[in-house]
Amino acid sequence: MRFVDEYRDPAAARACVAEIEHLAADLVQKRGAHLKFMEVCGGHTHTIYKHGIENVLPPTVELVHGPGCPVCVIPMGRVDDAIAVAKAPGVIFTSFGDMMRVPGSSQSLLEAKAQGADVRMVYSPLDALKIAINNPDREVVFFAVGFETTAPSTAVTLLKAKEKGITNFSVFCNHVTIVPPVKAILESPDLRLDGFLGPGHVSTVIGNHPYRFVPGVYGKPLVTAGFEPLDILQAIVMLCRQLRDGRCEVENQYTRAVVDQGNPKALQTLRDVFELRPHFEWRGLGFISQSALKLNAAFEAYDAELKFEVPGVRVADPKACQCGEVLKGVIKPWDCKVFGTACTPETPIGTCMVSSEGACAAYYNYGRFTKQQTVPVQLTSTPAKVG
Amino acid sequence: MCLGIPGQLIDIVDLSEHRAIADVDGVRREINVNLVEGEPGGIKVGDWVLIHVGFAMSRIDEEEAARTLSFIKELGSLYDDELAQFAAGGSEVPMDETGAPLAAPAEPEPEPEPEQVAS
Amino acid sequence: MGDLDGQDGHGGPPSREDVVLERIEAFRRRRPKLRDEFINSAHGAGGKASAALIDAVFLEAFRNPTLETMADGAVVTLPSGDRLAFSTDSYVVKPYRFPGGSIGHLAVHGTVNDLSMMGARPQWISAGFIIEDGFPIAELRDIVADMHEAAVKAGVEIVTGDTKVVDKGAADGVYINTAGVGVVPAEVSLDPKRVQPGDKVLVSGKIGDHGVAVMIARGDLNLEADIPSDTAALNGLVEALLAAAPNTRFLRDPTRGGVATVCNELARAAEVSVVLQESAIPVRNIVNGACEILGIDPLYVANEGKLVAVVPAGEADAAVAAMRALPVGADAAVIGEVRDEPPGIVIINTVFGGNRIVDMLVGDPLPRIC
Repeated sequence: MRFVDEYRDPAAARACVAEIEHLAADLVQKRGAHLKFMEVCGGHTHTIYKHGIENVLPPTVELVHGPGCPVCVIPMGRVDDAIAVAKAPGVIFTSFGDMMRVPGSSQSLLEAKAQGADVRMVYSPLDALKIAINNPDREVVFFAVGFETTAPSTAVTLLKAKEKGITNFSVFCNHVTIVPPVKAILESPDLRLDGFLGPGHVSTVIGNHPYRFVPGVYGKPLVTAGFEPLDILQAIVMLCRQLRDGRCEVENQYTRAVVDQGNPKALQTLRDVFELRPHFEWRGLGFISQSALKLNAAFEAYDAELKFEVPGVRVADPKACQCGEVLKGVIKPWDCKVFGTACTPETPIGTCMVSSEGACAAYYNYGRFTKQQTVPVQLTSTPAKVG
Repeated sequence: MCLGIPGQLIDIVDLSEHRAIADVDGVRREINVNLVEGEPGGIKVGDWVLIHVGFAMSRIDEEEAARTLSFIKELGSLYDDELAQFAAGGSEVPMDETGAPLAAPAEPEPEPEPEQVAS
Repeated sequence: MGDLDGQDGHGGPPSREDVVLERIEAFRRRRPKLRDEFINSAHGAGGKASAALIDAVFLEAFRNPTLETMADGAVVTLPSGDRLAFSTDSYVVKPYRFPGGSIGHLAVHGTVNDLSMMGARPQWISAGFIIEDGFPIAELRDIVADMHEAAVKAGVEIVTGDTKVVDKGAADGVYINTAGVGVVPAEVSLDPKRVQPGDKVLVSGKIGDHGVAVMIARGDLNLEADIPSDTAALNGLVEALLAAAPNTRFLRDPTRGGVATVCNELARAAEVSVVLQESAIPVRNIVNGACEILGIDPLYVANEGKLVAVVPAGEADAAVAAMRALPVGADAAVIGEVRDEPPGIVIINTVFGGNRIVDMLVGDPLPRIC
């Protein structure tokens, strides 16, 4: 597959890793501590675990998984609201696959579906709109989640709905923005990070300029990275070179898809359809101001929160939950007191365990034994035999 | 966010409705190209785009893609010995307690390459 | 803090991480707990939830040693001394017709294959139909014709059956249950307990076709791809395999839950580690492409015409060659091996040179966006 296979080439990977080792060795000697780079994107967490990147990297470089999973950070109360809408009579509730298993305070959308709610999985918000067009006598609601990567798709869908005069369609909006949680993490007093891997696909929309505060105010380099294993390794090389050279700036590794100014058309659709909520609660991080989107006045008629009764009850995370610390990279999943016992992927307590991109779930599902050196499998009967 | 897949535009169905067909390794899906129509030069059949939840998010620049790959492959020439070591004995490089590699290479520190860093 | 025994670090006190890992493993070794009060789709997916349901509800009630082996079917010994394999399966696929076949093909192939996985020679099949009021008889005829075609090709006979009609809306058109019996030749001895470190793990061909074909055929994802189901009878393949590799330890067909689930079941039953080599796993490019778009892993996708085999290392090449000699085994390959550590865990060596755990599925593999 073009643009994918070449970025998974193990030979090129070894070259990158060798460079990282050399750069990191020098840096570690000067600093007296290993390097910690944070990625803030669920997609990066996924790639890192899927390909076992952490055990290809030298022990001098550690990857910390930040709050990049827009599914995980949705508080239980909002999931309860979604389920309440799904259970309203006549409603067809549409959602991405990722959200279906996220538990609210008593059940998930999947369980509500099993009990008779008409919950349907869609791949695109346009599919949800199509369902509305094909079912004029039903109310169709779309559960919108995601960062700035996904929000323009919801926006275009709403623009289309309005243009076509569709009235039986609405959106339950839980889009969040990437800059505020990154800022919240940087503000944390117990944090020690040496740099950031920037979220490549969010950047196709917002570009690279919004991250300038990271080096500018907080003195940490940031490299916007793509999602193939080589992209991540190259971004780490670029971060290490910045540290070696004493530079501190925003760089773009994902040049094949990201330009500095982002996608002006996409940004315009966001302005046309959404406005910032004054504040929004993030599971594990608490209330963050100006961090989430809601439909603006021109699209009131499409706002599910206005069309339907939602309980709007805030459900606090259990006291035992230490997600906030994991999200900030302060503790590791196994340091959390409930990790692996009360909190497992089947019975998640907090956001980090909820979706497979959360730091704890990823570690539990994929990474528990990855410290092991990779010992290749012999694929024939006897070593001497030529396959 | 995340799952964005490169696909090739194989048909423009209706530009006014922003509908096109993309192909990913033989799998075809209708996608919405509203967000990329503003790209310089417009979009046409044969272009590669990044697809996320049924929308093309940006055009993939083949030249930049090639440059990224060649930068990475350039790194290889600096470390031929180590690569031979990798090929022979797995991915482990012996380290001391601080994490610095043991048996540092005898050759002098390589000259920094003219920066090929894509930016 | 505890004694610092070893100079090499191995004898030192366990780190916090080690302690937690041990706790997780102890937890995982426990019988799966069923907490749900109502059935949901996860219980049918073939992963952890299915295992919990079977354990807590069915095993608990029907308890007997034969059932507890939890293989694809049961092997019972007749008074004559012959061993009879007995298996049943139900087919509820929606849509009931898809590229590459129909529910009819699945119904016959599925039971033929389950019997073959136990080393039996499948001979006699029963077929029970649960049909929705209003279902077109012409389509029923087509499905039945598919079953006949599949049975003839596989060399089995459908010798008894049953028909019920249910209310409109109650059966997605038609549900079929098949059961089958066949004799297990005396020299065959397939048992996960025979699996040993050093054995090789084989697959009979390219994986992921069926599950993706059905997902696409459902139409909700609006994907178009030329991916037919791989539904096929495997009894001929198994005979050839056992002839070439008489010391084959274990066979299972990776249906719901895919190759990953079979490997996990194997790792647990045999108390070994299964290590897969990602670069060796055969997958069609187009299936890979569909899985990439949807964000699902081909290792967890259902197959209906493939088998996973564990054979001693010395017989691996012969096994692969024997399978490749038949069309249904054309892409057979060694994809992994059995090791002793860490027991009960499946690990994959990634194309990239790293590794990760391939865990039991939690529920249905849902497409992801994130």
